[in-house]
Amino acid sequence: MSVKLNSRQVGDVTVIDAAGRITLGEGTISLRDLIRDTLGGGHKKVLLNLGEVNYIDSSGIGELVSAFTTVTNQGGQLKLLNLNKRIQDLLQITKLYTVFEAHDDEAAAIRSFS
Amino acid sequence: MDNFGAEQSGAARRLDRVYDSDLQSVDLAETSVLAVAQRIGFEEDDLHRIGIALREAMVNAVVHGNKYSAQKKVRLSAWDDGGALKVVITDEGNGFDLSRVPDPLAEENLLRESGRGILLMQAFVDEFQVRRLSPAGTEVTMVKYMAPR
Repeated sequence: MSVKLNSRQVGDVTVIDAAGRITLGEGTISLRDLIRDTLGGGHKKVLLNLGEVNYIDSSGIGELVSAFTTVTNQGGQLKLLNLNKRIQDLLQITKLYTVFEAHDDEAAAIRSFS
Repeated sequence: MDNFGAEQSGAARRLDRVYDSDLQSVDLAETSVLAVAQRIGFEEDDLHRIGIALREAMVNAVVHGNKYSAQKKVRLSAWDDGGALKVVITDEGNGFDLSRVPDPLAEENLLRESGRGILLMQAFVDEFQVRRLSPAGTEVTMVKYMAPR
């Protein structure tokens, strides 16, 4: 199964719920398009919920980095929510835990946006 | 996809396959190798690691090696090597020098969008080797041992 993405608005934060696999091809393109549309709609606070994502390859990791830099370069913030053990391991291995701000609780994550 | 040799012989603990250079081949190869690994007895977490390493190697072969060429193939062998999983993947591309791949963990490379595939392969298997073939091509060999129970 490729990735399924659903976005919802909580106050001024756009929460993107992702499920499935973020891998080279459809999975990464879908995420890139949704981030672009979110920014295009004037929403610059993005919380990416990866709780239902069971698989990310290096292209998927690259897409997370791309999303982070795209949002940041437009003056916004992108944070991660609900990282499972496997995704935490990937962020450790790639040292990207030093780049991404991650939360376990959605309400706390929403409050953390300035 | 073409098959050759003793495809899935020995109670399906070995497979030898030839794939086209497209992304569908990556999915097919991942599924097939995971089936072999499962029969060897690898458990869920290791299957996940094997799946990612295999996927990264296949993407390298299809995308960076063969550059999606319809004329070039990716050859895959995977077998039970005395309780370990051994996988050999070869492409027909121009090859690359492992020592010249930028370090994805260097501060200046952390925000690069690509270049982490080899890092993940090295992290998720126990042995990882890359060999340039003559006159063309790259051969990647990976071995994953069963975790002690």
